[in-house]
Amino acid sequence: MNLDSRVPPGPLAEKWDHHKFDMKLVNPANKRKYSVIVVGSGLAGASAAATMGELGYNVSCFCFQDSPRRAHSIAAQGGINAAKNYQNDGDSIWRLFYDTIKGGDFRSREANVYRLAQISVNIIDQCVAQGVPFAREYGGLLANRSFGGAQVSRTFYARGQTGQQLLLGAYQALERQMAAGTVTMFPRTEMLDLVVVNGKARGIVVRNLITGEVSTHLADAVILATGGYGNVFYLSTNAKGCNVTAGFRAYKRGAAFGNPCYTQIHPTCIPVSGEYQSKLTLMSESLRNDGRVWVPKQQGDQRGPRDIPDAERDYYLERKYPSYGNLSPRDIASRAAKEACDGGRGVGETGLGVYLDFRDAIQRYGEQKIRERYGNLFEMYQRITDEDPYKLPMRIYPAVHYTMGGLWVDYNLMSSIPGLHVLGEANFSDHGANRLGASALMQGLADGYFVIPYTIGDYLARTPPEPITLEHPDVRAAEQAVRARIGRLLSIKGSRSVDSFHRELGKLLWDKCGMARDAAGLKEALVKIPAIREEFWRNVTVPGSGSDLNQSLERAGRVADFLEFAELMCVDALHREESCGGHFRTEYQTADGEAERDDDHFAYVAAWEYQGDNRAPALNKEPLEFENVHLAQRSYK
Amino acid sequence: MKISLKVWRQRSAGDSGRLVRYEVPSVSPDMSFLEMLDVVNEGLTAKGEEPIAFDHDCREGICGSCGVMIDGVAHGPMKGTATCQLHMRSFADGAEIVVEPWRARAFGVVKDLVVNRGALDRIIQAGGYIGVSTGGVPDANALPIPKSAADLAMDAAACIGCGACVAACPNASAMLFTSAKMGHLSMLPQGQTERSRRAVAMVDRMDQEGFGGCTWHGECQEACPKQISIDWISRMQRDYFTACLSFRADTTGDGAG
Amino acid sequence: MHRLLALYRSTVGKKIIMAVTGIILIGFLVTHVVANLLSFQGPAKLNGYSAFLHSTGELLWLARGVLLLALILHVLAAYQLTRLDRAARPVGYQRKVPQSATIASRTMRWGGVLLLAFIIFHLLHFTLGTVHPSFVDGDPYHNIVAGFQGHPLVSGFYIVAMVGLGLHLYHGGSAMFQSLGLSHPSWNHDRQRLMRIVAGLVALGFAAIPIGVMLGAIR
Ligand SMILES: Cc1cc2nc3c(=O)[nH]c(=O)nc-3n(C[C@H](O)[C@H](O)[C@H](O)COP(=O)(O)OP(=O)(O)OC[C@H]3O[C@@H](n4cnc5c(N)ncnc54)[C@H](O)[C@@H]3O)c2cc1C
Ligand code: HEM
Ligand code: HEM
Ligand code: SF4
Ligand code: F3S
Ligand code: FES
Repeated sequence: MNLDSRVPPGPLAEKWDHHKFDMKLVNPANKRKYSVIVVGSGLAGASAAATMGELGYNVSCFCFQDSPRRAHSIAAQGGINAAKNYQNDGDSIWRLFYDTIKGGDFRSREANVYRLAQISVNIIDQCVAQGVPFAREYGGLLANRSFGGAQVSRTFYARGQTGQQLLLGAYQALERQMAAGTVTMFPRTEMLDLVVVNGKARGIVVRNLITGEVSTHLADAVILATGGYGNVFYLSTNAKGCNVTAGFRAYKRGAAFGNPCYTQIHPTCIPVSGEYQSKLTLMSESLRNDGRVWVPKQQGDQRGPRDIPDAERDYYLERKYPSYGNLSPRDIASRAAKEACDGGRGVGETGLGVYLDFRDAIQRYGEQKIRERYGNLFEMYQRITDEDPYKLPMRIYPAVHYTMGGLWVDYNLMSSIPGLHVLGEANFSDHGANRLGASALMQGLADGYFVIPYTIGDYLARTPPEPITLEHPDVRAAEQAVRARIGRLLSIKGSRSVDSFHRELGKLLWDKCGMARDAAGLKEALVKIPAIREEFWRNVTVPGSGSDLNQSLERAGRVADFLEFAELMCVDALHREESCGGHFRTEYQTADGEAERDDDHFAYVAAWEYQGDNRAPALNKEPLEFENVHLAQRSYK
Repeated sequence: MKISLKVWRQRSAGDSGRLVRYEVPSVSPDMSFLEMLDVVNEGLTAKGEEPIAFDHDCREGICGSCGVMIDGVAHGPMKGTATCQLHMRSFADGAEIVVEPWRARAFGVVKDLVVNRGALDRIIQAGGYIGVSTGGVPDANALPIPKSAADLAMDAAACIGCGACVAACPNASAMLFTSAKMGHLSMLPQGQTERSRRAVAMVDRMDQEGFGGCTWHGECQEACPKQISIDWISRMQRDYFTACLSFRADTTGDGAG
Repeated sequence: MHRLLALYRSTVGKKIIMAVTGIILIGFLVTHVVANLLSFQGPAKLNGYSAFLHSTGELLWLARGVLLLALILHVLAAYQLTRLDRAARPVGYQRKVPQSATIASRTMRWGGVLLLAFIIFHLLHFTLGTVHPSFVDGDPYHNIVAGFQGHPLVSGFYIVAMVGLGLHLYHGGSAMFQSLGLSHPSWNHDRQRLMRIVAGLVALGFAAIPIGVMLGAIR
């Protein structure tokens, strides 16, 4: 496989400008003749569809929710980064670029990250013009807050609902284009396969989730903006519908999958409370500004948190990372919590939790101040746990949150299948092995508003038109395969529910391919996953029919893909014999327990290529060259 | 704890539907309402019956997917809380809970508790946006906005589009939803140029979709998980009134392009 | 489309029309109740006021015209909105527990019908005299006393209608401001209270007359 990153030549800071000039343009009068499919209406998909609609392309946009406004991006709380330097605290495009590369543990592509930092500035301008109500100072200018992994204040926010407001901005732009007739929206429509004709992505096979009808949509180019696959773990902070299906189907059609093992575990989530638990709720990272994390020093301490004197508490983040303390990056804080619990010092009924304590902050600033800062988060916590965090410390535990891995793309965001472009969390991303807070929103919007609208034009202008119809044999075959698979899922009529398989898979992955991994565990998972999969296809039960709304069937299709994808994740995790960012192999750590990278052997993107069912995927490597930053061990001590 | 449910089951839009009773013997007070429904559904699946269909996604009160009438109250008994954030500890042991879908002409039942809320999207489509295309916008700080205006705009913008306001309103009116979006945009200087056009277009669309009018019952704001105030409806009335006094039909011509 | 027609075609516009006509009707009622209370001061005052009104000639007819038009528009808009509102929910709930709707807000429509019936009866009673036992043109004082004295059913109907009026104004009074966009958290509460007091005073003021006649305070 040819993994040409197509990074333009020239100095880092000028690459994007030169590239924009070098790219071919599509004549405005001709744009209408080009049709583009966008799968996904999150920040990446909605911004891309709207912008391409504005340019005049003939766009179709798909999402599985009943409205594009409900894409998972809506749930992002904290904020969005941009190198505006409005605070005059020394921020710059270069600093954002550097922080992102370092935060990603030197596993991302320099040129992409630099472009991202450059564009970040335009994103804020665009969103403000759309009416996104960012927080402001009394003087009327925009406010900023600090986020983990940075020493400048560059995060823009709209209360605790930044993702919601940004998505509504993009959604409104999308609706405007729908009114103008340039975008056609297909909500409650799920992509189940990619149509590749003569080596190019030419369409998608979808199922209408209301009528059950399976059909094919053809286009000159296909864009996937289908989000992350954190739900492979069953329990995660992602929305219930998040899935890997679109990306995985594309992988099976020949698109390389980059770094599938890079997953981010967020340190501050509400712990699991019972078997019935369906998802995990994030408590914003901002809480760590005032909350202190601790566990009892003594194993199995049964006393209530308020009865444990300070001398018998271990404020382990402050102890281990004196300079960043409670604000150390996510991967580090998560692992430290796991270590404490593994050592038998976890709190709560399950022993899987640590305290996040506001006692000292409340003493220092008063309850009123804390209420002002975090009132809605405290309320949310109380609503879920029925405990009052003003009186008792919160109990938190790490949870799966984000996936840095995804379909491999070049500088133009095109995958290894010509014509298939991938944006947002769905691509293997600019975040390397660990994403900094408030950078996913930035990346999704950069991809959608400011990158793809240019690069898609270049692709379309360079690609000679090849008219095809729904009668093309490859199209028919893809559609037939989708129908057959649905039929098969419905006909098994076994005895176990879809969710029971999903839970089983999730637990296995969390244990073996979660916060800490080792070769033995991964090998064990690689034996067990095929066994679960085998039982799934023999013993799953999917009630109802395929010809109406059938939520069990939807889930069954997604879980079937997770069951295959999980194996790819473990293969990747096993092959990467180093620790970096969110990928922590216990065999590879420094004497004091920090991640130990192996730049000599693993400074590359692992892009996996499908070779057929029951055959090992092929590994392709895109070497990562660092010409502008110096590779160093990440230290937050 | 133990509860019994009476859930609206309806196979499809054309089917007539009825309430069906389910006993749920082992409910944990720490479960969310939707997790309780998950448990019921696992039980139904085990018996080979079709599970209860209901919309949900984020399960943290922000996507607006979820929402059912719980014992005659939209999103259930807890104020300012979407169905997915409601926990079973809000109910008494042994309670009988009636669960119905949102009811409105504009929201057809798709199946069981799932309804079609596309009308809300079409109201936004009619004018719930600021007509700027990507690129060519001024610097974000070029236009200072008083904090109080930005905060108020954010209050309105917090709407999650769940449709509970429609469901709760005795007139099935979508005024709270429509006015929240209109209010968000007309609080901001960016929203001024299209203010009149937007007011007329969104209200017209709202009417065409078959929602009712407002008679100031205030049920909508009680049901709203984001506690959006009916003062926004009042603002919308004013915007519309002003628009009608100043508005010329010929300015709608250019569409949204 | 003409802009006033634009007002009329939408639910929001119809509400504005109801509110504007509501103001006119309330304005009339306030003067009307004050005038009627003159009857406690004896025939001269009330009849004098009536004579003064009738002496204005064209102006009176203009006022009557405006009132009639306001009433027609108010009723028409109410009727149309009611139909739209009913149609908006063809299938109701098996269980629905009101959270904030009041008796007043939920009886606006039937209360309105009651008021319409009252107004028709009332015009036949005191203005045209058709249903009055001993109508004397130009002597409203006599008409009031004779209309209620010894006619408990008529008096009762008036009193019931005034309870309805009180409720209608209790909700309608605040609603009117809200419909006109004159709503703001800083004064909503006071406005609500003020309008409730006005509603109460108007209803009590009117009801005091049949009650006064029956108790013999007005003879
Ligand atoms: C709780 C939470 C908080 C977060 N907070 C922050 C934050 O503060 N700052 C930050 O920068 N990032 C944050 N993130 C991360 C960020 O929200 C996501 O990475 C980002 O929103 C992803 O956007 P997206 O457009 O790529 O995908 P999504 O928003 O996930 O959208 C995916 C879209 O694809 C569609 N789709 C998926 N599969 C299919 C299919 N098979 N067929 C049809 N349609 C399909 C869906 O319908 C949806 O429209 C947070 C994430 C979580 C979980
Ligand atoms: C003296 C006579 C009347 C007065 C002073 C009066 C006053 C008002 C006022 C101020 C409102 C509030 C308007 C708003 O919501 O903005 C109102 C509402 C209403 N009125 Fe009247 N009204 C009178 C007679 C009537 C009559 C005769 C009817 C019907 C036959 C009627 C039916 C209604 C209805 C149904 C409403 C509710 C508003 C709605 O449906 O939107 N009213 N009235
Ligand atoms: C119990 C209370 C009331 C009494 C005693 C009363 C009395 C009268 C009298 C005596 C007249 C004739 C005036 C004249 O010809 O000079 C009159 C006229 C009228 N009243 Fe009342 N009224 C009462 C309540 C109401 C109410 C509640 C309404 C409205 C809803 C109303 C509406 C009218 C109207 C429209 C006229 C005709 C005015 C005209 O001739 O221009 N009245 N009333
Ligand atoms: S206004 Fe409130 S109830 Fe209505 S859709 Fe928005 S969030 Fe839901
Ligand atoms: S409940 Fe309905 S009547 Fe108005 S105040 Fe809310 S829309
Ligand atoms: S499921 Fe998203 S708001 Fe309830």
